[in-house]
Amino acid sequence: MPRIVRQKIEFEGRIEERDVVIEGDDLPVWGATETLAIVGTRVPRVDGGDRVSGRARYTADLDPPGLLHAAVLRSPHAHARITKFDADAAERAPGVRLVLSAANAPRIPWYNGKSWLFDPELRYAGDEVAVVVADTAAQARDALDLIEVEYEPLPQVLTIDAALAPNAVLVHAEGNVLGGPEQYERGDVEAGFREADATVEMHADTPDVLHHSMETHGSVVHWSGDRLTVWDSTQHIFGVRRQVAAALKIPLDHVRVMSPFMGGGFGSKNGAGKYTIIAALASRQLGRPVRLMFTRADESQAAGKRPQSAQQIRLGAKRDGTLVAIDYRGASNLGAYRAIGSPLAGPAKELYACPNVRTEVVNVFTHTAPCAAFRAPGFVEGTVALEAAVEALADKLGIDPLEFRLRNYAETDQVLGRPYSSKFLRDAYERVAKAAGWERRAPAPATAVAGHGRRRGLGMGTQIWGGAGSPPAYAEMRLNPDGTAEIRIGTQEIGTGAKTALAQIAAEVLTLPVDRVSVSLGDTDFPYAPLSAGSQTITSCGPAVRMAADEVRRHLLDAAASVLEAAPNDIRLEAGRLFVAGVPERGMTVAEVAGRMGNFALSGRGFRGANPDGVTIRTFGAQIAEVEVDLDTGEVTVLRVVACHDVGRVINPLVYASQIEGGVIQGLGMALREEHLTDPDTGTVLDLGFDSYAVPRSSVIPEIVALAVDKPDPIANNLGAKGVGEPPIIPTPAAIANAVANATGARVTSLPITPAKVLGALGRLR
Amino acid sequence: MSLESRTDSVTFTVNGRAEEVRVSPRRTLLAALREDLHLTGAKEGCGVGTCGACTVLVDGRPVLACLMLAVQAHGRSVETIEGLTRDGVLDPVQRAFIEHDAFQCGFCTPGQIMALQGLLRRQPDPSAEEIRRALDGNVCRCGAYLRIQAAALEIARTAEARRPGRPA
Ligand code: FES
Ligand code: FES
Repeated sequence: MPRIVRQKIEFEGRIEERDVVIEGDDLPVWGATETLAIVGTRVPRVDGGDRVSGRARYTADLDPPGLLHAAVLRSPHAHARITKFDADAAERAPGVRLVLSAANAPRIPWYNGKSWLFDPELRYAGDEVAVVVADTAAQARDALDLIEVEYEPLPQVLTIDAALAPNAVLVHAEGNVLGGPEQYERGDVEAGFREADATVEMHADTPDVLHHSMETHGSVVHWSGDRLTVWDSTQHIFGVRRQVAAALKIPLDHVRVMSPFMGGGFGSKNGAGKYTIIAALASRQLGRPVRLMFTRADESQAAGKRPQSAQQIRLGAKRDGTLVAIDYRGASNLGAYRAIGSPLAGPAKELYACPNVRTEVVNVFTHTAPCAAFRAPGFVEGTVALEAAVEALADKLGIDPLEFRLRNYAETDQVLGRPYSSKFLRDAYERVAKAAGWERRAPAPATAVAGHGRRRGLGMGTQIWGGAGSPPAYAEMRLNPDGTAEIRIGTQEIGTGAKTALAQIAAEVLTLPVDRVSVSLGDTDFPYAPLSAGSQTITSCGPAVRMAADEVRRHLLDAAASVLEAAPNDIRLEAGRLFVAGVPERGMTVAEVAGRMGNFALSGRGFRGANPDGVTIRTFGAQIAEVEVDLDTGEVTVLRVVACHDVGRVINPLVYASQIEGGVIQGLGMALREEHLTDPDTGTVLDLGFDSYAVPRSSVIPEIVALAVDKPDPIANNLGAKGVGEPPIIPTPAAIANAVANATGARVTSLPITPAKVLGALGRLR
Repeated sequence: MSLESRTDSVTFTVNGRAEEVRVSPRRTLLAALREDLHLTGAKEGCGVGTCGACTVLVDGRPVLACLMLAVQAHGRSVETIEGLTRDGVLDPVQRAFIEHDAFQCGFCTPGQIMALQGLLRRQPDPSAEEIRRALDGNVCRCGAYLRIQAAALEIARTAEARRPGRPA
């Protein structure tokens, strides 16, 4: 019986309540004792052949007949009003078909009504001024230079401090703080500090960090009559469909969005971009398909960023290491438009057992580029502050930092006052400590080491994150007469190996080899699935795929029962063969049974069941970094990172390890190198690509050991899995910062940890 | 006549086939391959020579196709990722990439593989350090670096084992 249930849905560090339809009963969980043959094994990616051969067609590779190309003119000012706009020369340039701007485009609300698709008031350097559509991309780009625009520069605020200052220039009329400060308190923090035998207090700052997915943002769009097809590099095809339909005021069923292959997003592609709508408007007007792909420079200015944070933390503990007070304040620079705050305080609120906790987060608007979710938004930043303070306090008390953590292990979710569905963080601590040789860690030198040469150190970071997934998500499966199976699900493969994991799940149920199962995704013509973000793809979609396959399995048993003239209950399915229990020779293969049933008689549908009531589902993990610091140059080399995460059942250990490595490497970039720079006077962006923005490259990657707790969650969902996409980036910068402090006695908690900052902390910078 | 409206004929070999394209003098080799010849395996990750996603081989050497003009390829031999697969059979480097899970989103992969092909042509059994350096120009934002290196090392080891005068 379908029923509506109210679900607390935890997503990207925030909780929201939503009504969802649950169509019936879920399957029992694959528990710890379940023996699985395909799930849990190192299956190479099912789409590997497409990706290594150049066959995989990404958005920019699509080339429908008559395709036109678009380029974007961006604001050179952080805050300005367009006073004159003249596109005559551009419109007459070779190959140019159309120039769209505030002068001629429909007024379509954007950024939650805070702006328009083309707004004559520009609120960041990079804001869209106009788009040229031409026969070739080069012609479109050339014509940008021919557009004459006069701007009236307006007063601007660029930094958190400037935005919070009294009488600050307002980015939006409602004020510079999104929704007011977010406050949380439990216990009595002042009383806690009075009880404390030792306290530490520190600042932690993280810069703007860019996603820089290798495939830039963009769409190819094509109208046929009043129906619109969009190919988009996106993590959320159904979200794009909804936004596109709303912006263009056309029915949802007139929009089809596809993203069969996409080249990375990391949170920056969670919804429709202006580019999709603009391309659709141009395409409709010109009657030709239009491609609008960002250049790398566009990507650097207007594709989102992890917003800069400024944090302050104070911890108090008793002599025996018991935490008695946590006081945390964080601020996040959201840029000009994004209306979702950074959940910076998440780790401080929940990671450690502590009776007295107070947190406050302010999210401010500035005249800088809008931020976007970036792999564990808020939590990576917040973990730097919390975990640096934890190791500093442990050292101060003379307690091993791992021991300190174990003494303050949170058995339950203290924020919502309920148990965790499972928590195997102790296992993760134990395994990383062993693998990294944590017992070698000497306490940090009490004062900064002023000598010469190189010093090594070890540091740890802990991670807490959601990744539960939730309904709604649906899947369809059909078993073909030749014994091959097909899954259709409207999710996305963003590089995480989702397609392979889903194929494994279906293959497991039907006991077929993985290569007999094909997965089609990235198309809104397929059953609904949520966005691929929040570490939820497998935990939301996997259970639905399992259920769809299970329905096919039941039909198969019935069919076999009638062919083999036995009761359905007596039919067994093993290794692709159906037979009568106890009489293995009375049997036939899945293909033989399917072949008898006519064309496509066996099909199944599955849905994602409700999350269990009264529990909190979290992933946990620990990482240890070993670094070498050159005391003369301040340079930090990461030698090794050992990671172990509790993400429930691991569906594919090969792909799991890739996820861990990828997260660690992005965390390493953030720790040591990456910093998106805005000119403090003009607000313009100073790094326009990989020449000036230092993403990690081949030669700086340390050894990474990717371990997994790999214990199924007993109740979270029918797979026993939790998400793995975001967890591995969370503890890495904290672990590296702690290792630098352990090596040198100098604590740098302002990322990136550049040589200059290290030398400064060592007192060696004049 | 403006430069933009002038076109030149470029004849060259692409994956062993003779091709001719008519391009404006400013058209890059990458654009000619992707737009004119519909070989979209080589990717544009930056367009300005900083990411390696567009790497192809020209006369057997790795080249950033976004930095080379199509007219400069006249009379030369170009190999792209599409040329590695013969009759649907993947070449050993491609197979090693799959076995080692040497990619995630796969967008950088054609460039990584072609850069590695370039290295292996020059030096069939490179050291780990040579591999790291040869691929330093190829950004992988997903962070598949260690697996790419592992795949490359495996190929190198097999090559070394096959070298004349060495025990197999
Ligand atoms: S596209 Fe050629 S190097 Fe980036
Ligand atoms: S696999 Fe995604 S950029 Fe390399």
